[in-house]
Amino acid sequence: MSVRRLAPETVQPASFAFDKANQAFVKEQVSKYPEGRQASAVIPLLWQAQKQAGGWLPRAAIEHVAEVLSMPNIRVMEVASFYTMFNLEPVGTHYIQLCGTVPCHCMGAEDLKKVLKKRIGEPGHVTADGKFSWLEVECLGACCNAPMVQINDDYFEDLTPESLNALMDDLAAGKPVKIGPQNGRLKSEPKDAIKTLLEPGLYDGSAVGSWKKDFEARAAADKKAKEEAAKAKAAPQAAIPASAPVSAAAAAPARPAREQSNARQDTPAAGGKIVKAKGSAAGNAEAAPVGDEHKPELLAQPRSGKGDDLELIWGVGPKLAGMLRKMGIHHFDQIAGWNDQNLAWVDQNLEGFKGRAQRDDWIGQAKKLMTGWRPDSPLGEKPTK
Amino acid sequence: MLQDRDRIFTNLYGRQDPGLKGALKRGNWDGTKLLLEMGRDWIIDEMKASGLRGRGGAGFPTGMKWSFMPKVNDGRPHYLVINGDESEPGTCKDREILRHDPHLLIEGAMLASFAMGAHAAYIYIRGEFIAERIALQKAVDEAYEAKLIGKDNKNGYPFDFYVHHGAGAYICGEETALLESLEGKKGQPRLKPPFPANMGLYGCPTTVNNVESIAVAGTILRRGAGWFAGLGRPNNVGTKLFCVSGHVNTPCNVEEAMGITFRELIDKHCGGIRGGWDNLKCVIPGGSSVPLVPAEQIADAYMDFDTLRGLRSGLGTAAVIVMDKSTDIVRAIARIAHFYKHESCGQCTPCREGTGWMARVMARMAEGRAQKREIDMLLDVSTRIEGHTICALGDAAAWPIQGLIRHFRHEIEAKIDQYSANPHSDPIRVAAE
Repeated sequence: MSVRRLAPETVQPASFAFDKANQAFVKEQVSKYPEGRQASAVIPLLWQAQKQAGGWLPRAAIEHVAEVLSMPNIRVMEVASFYTMFNLEPVGTHYIQLCGTVPCHCMGAEDLKKVLKKRIGEPGHVTADGKFSWLEVECLGACCNAPMVQINDDYFEDLTPESLNALMDDLAAGKPVKIGPQNGRLKSEPKDAIKTLLEPGLYDGSAVGSWKKDFEARAAADKKAKEEAAKAKAAPQAAIPASAPVSAAAAAPARPAREQSNARQDTPAAGGKIVKAKGSAAGNAEAAPVGDEHKPELLAQPRSGKGDDLELIWGVGPKLAGMLRKMGIHHFDQIAGWNDQNLAWVDQNLEGFKGRAQRDDWIGQAKKLMTGWRPDSPLGEKPTK
Repeated sequence: MLQDRDRIFTNLYGRQDPGLKGALKRGNWDGTKLLLEMGRDWIIDEMKASGLRGRGGAGFPTGMKWSFMPKVNDGRPHYLVINGDESEPGTCKDREILRHDPHLLIEGAMLASFAMGAHAAYIYIRGEFIAERIALQKAVDEAYEAKLIGKDNKNGYPFDFYVHHGAGAYICGEETALLESLEGKKGQPRLKPPFPANMGLYGCPTTVNNVESIAVAGTILRRGAGWFAGLGRPNNVGTKLFCVSGHVNTPCNVEEAMGITFRELIDKHCGGIRGGWDNLKCVIPGGSSVPLVPAEQIADAYMDFDTLRGLRSGLGTAAVIVMDKSTDIVRAIARIAHFYKHESCGQCTPCREGTGWMARVMARMAEGRAQKREIDMLLDVSTRIEGHTICALGDAAAWPIQGLIRHFRHEIEAKIDQYSANPHSDPIRVAAE
């Protein structure tokens, strides 16, 4: 947080309005956002206003932007005073922002600061000729080219006190300057020692399309796997895990479990166990079955070979735990990550135990167990809800 | 070393044409339509199988994040928002993508938007990146003109890409603060839940991804999840842009396989440590928010999420800040504390007051103008900020200081001893301000 106030009244201009070119800019910016959301354009507009007003934001400009965007003045004032790129006081024609954060700090920003202090004065002070003012700012995101400054819109990187002095001399004299690194580097490559991205094949277009053959082979394998899965699905209650297409390549690991639960999903719907769950939350789930799109993430195998002890969830015994493992649920974090629909989906697939998941607040319990907390009894702790 | 043909950002150094013509030659926009035709679920499954972890710092699996978007549209539009508010000290990778490989990003945005049912993507670029913004806008215009994106395009999925920018607030890199800012407000983070996937931009389902996470999507889908997952180390796969700054002979950005050792990274690409390996003092391996790691622990460590977490630090954005023995580490961390004081949004009391308090104490400690018992007090206060704020800025402010005290307490004490051993006109203060 820093305290930022408007410039004193004596320097504030009486009025401000966007010029013609900027009116077109306003229109273009506002059109980027949905109807009624024109407030989104407030930062780009204030930025443009600052440019038009000579590098700083007078009160009149802030109020004009509020008017253009039909926003209350205070909302725009908040934005103008929150974001540090809005200068609320006049700056020099060449406004220098020196990055002083750690990487630049380590690489000699302190020396640059001395140069600026000597040539310009204290931060925020505008030189008598109006040409320069400077400020130490936080990381400007050119850390591989430290130390650096931003002068108006442009970055000047890889500086030394000498090159900064020379740069300022040129600017003061109105001579053209080189933007970017000042030590002969092109961008952020290792200086004079590029060892990567040298293979000409990357750039002559010869690599274009070379991935397709491989891709199509993979896609075909994938399609085949899907067809097989569909076949397995069509044969109800068929030997479930055996039909999982293990041969299918890369994307397969999650698949067997999913196939399995698909098959399970198909079978129970007609079953006559609906009445049992009446009155509980699951009753609703039965009334409107939850679609497969709400199927939670399932794992064919527990991660790193060992699942969590699901019986620690209150209401889950050996039978139910086995059922969950078979379904592809092995860890507390899996359960903790569900939303209500996921929970309902699992619930309706728990043959003989429908409604338990919701009744016993599994998600809440799993979340608690995930923190490392353990119940006193191996049966779990009854949720208070 | 990673082979050139396995690099995703083939124009990282801007030595080739960043425009559409050059991009097409490098294989951007190659068969995008084919990938879209594979379907939404296929894209998400591939991204999940690739093991890509978000490149913005937290390392959350990208494919899983995409899958959190509602599958069925309830009438509200879906949005993809790309986080280009790159302000983490030490990080300068997204800048290279924006100005040199913009088409990878735009194509990735289209694929990601398709996978989450969004027809519009906004990118939020930090305000200071003016040239980068212009470069990206130019690429977007080219893509519209070539009918690669737009309402009615060659790829057959209506998609709009809008460039938005901020105005210098680090906190807008936090996803909900970014959304607030994009809605035209102060960038103050929102409480979660509701998560952006349910209530994000304009109250609509939104996913926020880092520039790098989105830009790699096209190449991953083309070359297959197996290719990406085969690089690096288990659970830390793929390639990553490393930004190496500080006391190395040739600081640079470079794309490398995750899990490269620190020594290899520095020796191969950065010309070694300034003054040799014996001169290495410590490294901040993932941007200023992560605790520093002293030389002996980092030298042969794998640069990946899990290894660095084991060293009580983190990979973060892979912004590697190297410090040699000439560094006044207390002063450097004091500068980081000043950064967080400056960038706290002021919403939560522990952070607003705490960052200022810590910065003031650190500034005194950097001079030695403190008492030794204040070191423990500082540690204690930092733990009272950590975890007690809406967003992670409080944690990020606390961690570097905790790391300093963990590894370099003796340096703080030496400074205090030195200060009190010399005559000064002003008395040593008894308590913290």
